[in-house]
Amino acid sequence: MARSAQPVSATPGIVAAIVIVAAVLAAFLAIGSRVEGTTGLRAAEWQAVRFTLVQAFFSALISVLLAVPVARALARRRVPGHALLVTLLGAPFILPVIVAVMGLLAIFGRNGWLNVGLGAVGLPEVSIYGAHGVVLAHVFFNMPLATRLILQGWQAIPAEQFRLTAQLGLRSGAVFRALEWPMLRQVVPGAFALIFVICLTSFAVALTLGGGPRATTIELAIFQAFRFDFDLGRAAVLSLLQLAVAGGAALIALWVLPPMVVQRGQDRLPQRWDARGVGLRVLDAVWITFAAGFLLLPLASVVIAGLGGILDMPAVVWRSAWTSIWVAALSTVVLVALALPLTAWLAQVRNGGLEGVTLLGLAASPLMLGTGWFILIFPFVNPASLALPITASVNALMALPFAVRILLPPMRQVMTDYGRLSAGLGLRGWPFWRIVLLPRLRPALGFAAGLAAALSVGDLGVVALFADPDVATLPLQMYRLLGSYRTDAAAGAALLLLALALAMFWICDTWGRRRDPG
Amino acid sequence: MKYTLTLAAALTATTALADTPVLTVYAGDYFTSEWGPGPIIEAEFEKICDCDLEWSTGDLLPRLLLEGERTKADVVIGLTSDVTARARATDLFAPHGQDNSALTLPIDWTDDTFLPFNYGHTAFIYNETLMDAPPASFDDLLALPDDVKLVIQDPRTSISGLALVLWVQAVYGDRSAEVWEALSDNILTVTKDWSASYGLFTDGEADMVLSYTTSPAYHMFAEEDFTKKAAIFPEGHYFMVETVAKIAGTDQPELADRFLAYVMSRDFQTIIPTANWSLPSALPQADWPEGWSQLPLPEKVLFYSETEAADLQASAIETWRAALSQ
Repeated sequence: MARSAQPVSATPGIVAAIVIVAAVLAAFLAIGSRVEGTTGLRAAEWQAVRFTLVQAFFSALISVLLAVPVARALARRRVPGHALLVTLLGAPFILPVIVAVMGLLAIFGRNGWLNVGLGAVGLPEVSIYGAHGVVLAHVFFNMPLATRLILQGWQAIPAEQFRLTAQLGLRSGAVFRALEWPMLRQVVPGAFALIFVICLTSFAVALTLGGGPRATTIELAIFQAFRFDFDLGRAAVLSLLQLAVAGGAALIALWVLPPMVVQRGQDRLPQRWDARGVGLRVLDAVWITFAAGFLLLPLASVVIAGLGGILDMPAVVWRSAWTSIWVAALSTVVLVALALPLTAWLAQVRNGGLEGVTLLGLAASPLMLGTGWFILIFPFVNPASLALPITASVNALMALPFAVRILLPPMRQVMTDYGRLSAGLGLRGWPFWRIVLLPRLRPALGFAAGLAAALSVGDLGVVALFADPDVATLPLQMYRLLGSYRTDAAAGAALLLLALALAMFWICDTWGRRRDPG
Repeated sequence: MKYTLTLAAALTATTALADTPVLTVYAGDYFTSEWGPGPIIEAEFEKICDCDLEWSTGDLLPRLLLEGERTKADVVIGLTSDVTARARATDLFAPHGQDNSALTLPIDWTDDTFLPFNYGHTAFIYNETLMDAPPASFDDLLALPDDVKLVIQDPRTSISGLALVLWVQAVYGDRSAEVWEALSDNILTVTKDWSASYGLFTDGEADMVLSYTTSPAYHMFAEEDFTKKAAIFPEGHYFMVETVAKIAGTDQPELADRFLAYVMSRDFQTIIPTANWSLPSALPQADWPEGWSQLPLPEKVLFYSETEAADLQASAIETWRAALSQ
């Protein structure tokens, strides 16, 4: 009768976990089967490992440190257009790297708004190029994610608790210690770990803004081994190294996650009596303005640059936009199919380290996954005919850790609050999902699905490895335009990509946040 | 089993219906896009071959190495001289059967497997309206003030970046490390590929960009912009070539031969300049399209054979990395 405490079967979640591990393992084994001896790691690659770790640490640290006050400001203020602001502030995270770099350079570049402004008042130029540029770009990408995750933490604190602290006459500092600090201790390490892993595996930013070979990452070394030296042995060793570094870091971070202490209120919007002072209002306004400026100005510059080019775009770009929508939709379906059972399983086990499974797909190099699968598929079918489903699946794997991070806290909460009661009432399996779980997960699910769809639209993914000349996703088409001197049309494609990613995110997120009419 | 048989029968039927022979040509990704040379080459070749030319795109060499003997390619177009040694070692290729003496390259080409179809040279491109004193030699480039910024490509991930380190090696030999140290203050950043660098240049982030002697031609002929120039250095420029080759195990050997012959034809060669923004490999300069012969080109051309390049490559890249990592 011990199992009666669990209203949801663990089996589908375990199956999902096995699918993920098998997908990554198969790629590794396929590459391993083709290794013809290797030369071992060189000095340059150790340098890359060091730089990768250092920049990822600072990127994650700064992103989280900045996100805490921004999330707090957003949690206790209702500014005009609050919902739109929250959506837009999430936008940088879902931007394709190449578009984000365009936007950042328009603000922080040598010819950017910042330097033009500094020059106008006679101040010296600020350079974005170098290790700090890499960190700046990573903060630009990841601060929105950290803000959203932490904001969700704030929103998960029941309104009744804030009312109670107000009745007790607690001041802002005491409320922080009593309610907010325990929540942050739960949410921040996970957000840090997630961003750390993202920064370990991203390399396009590092190269453009890094200023030179001082700033190269493991992902670059993997790229070099696969595509330039064609040393599959070294590529496999480097992929393993990245997996070990990223996975190890993530596991440690998940380990230190304190146990969840959850209480349930009556689902009301919190009134923050403690935050009514003028000083706090000004402080929050400053943080919101800072975040909006830092995150939205580069986006605005992408829009401005793209408006000229959008009419200049060949018709084929619109066709590839359609392809991208299709890939994103498929990717989102795959993601939800993996994430929901997985999260339900994870929410019912005590071992927090198991969440590390979800990071496999992200920590494994996409290039490694793509190449491994290519080796597996090629003997049977033309890989180009599977380019889009494979791209969609890899994109889903990349988005999985985000989805689980978003779904897990509310899932745990629902399990704790309603699990025993439902099990006692005999409510389990699909009826439990339908009546209890899904309605309460809806906001998180909408957010996670929106994120997956948008990431998939923006990501070049592995489609380039398999590309069919007639079927291209929008990011691939944009790279082709850039590779043929068509920078204006590419700026137009960047704007289209931004609009598409935002629209897909907005649709899913709005669905999630709309209160069920029925 | 029954299902498999039905499927096989269906596939055979489809093949029998399509009696037009298909020539599968592997090409780089940029090649077949609407604004690359692929579509016009396909249209023109299909007029004369009574066949269906099908492009298949991707990273050429990695893909061929992964596919090995089972490759579906009949012809491969776009292999650059830095990967021909590796490609040759696969034994996948057959002799091209064309007459190398018809080539009009600035260097002597004797390879009977990889047939050049276009060429260019590495060069730094600048905007003459923004740069008063462009460097007139490589030595001048090293002496530029620190606030003149260059953007280059990573030799570990980009063919043009690799050509640059070989260029420096060819001009300066043992002094390469000093050269990179002298340049390091001017190098704004190093990008993964050519497009990212060129984008930084056209956005005004950098004063000069490592590109090709033919880059100004795009601006002149496609945009009527005459401000972009290649800085020509008397020390010489590194030669870059793209080749086409025939797969030995092809099931369409005659069609493949016809395609190679087409590559050497006047029709193909006159398409190349404006379709690929590079110089034709087998067309006398006098026959180049309108305006192209006025393009400033270097007098002296530097080039390492594939064996020399293979020997020098690792040390040249390491010299570059060590000097720029300080």
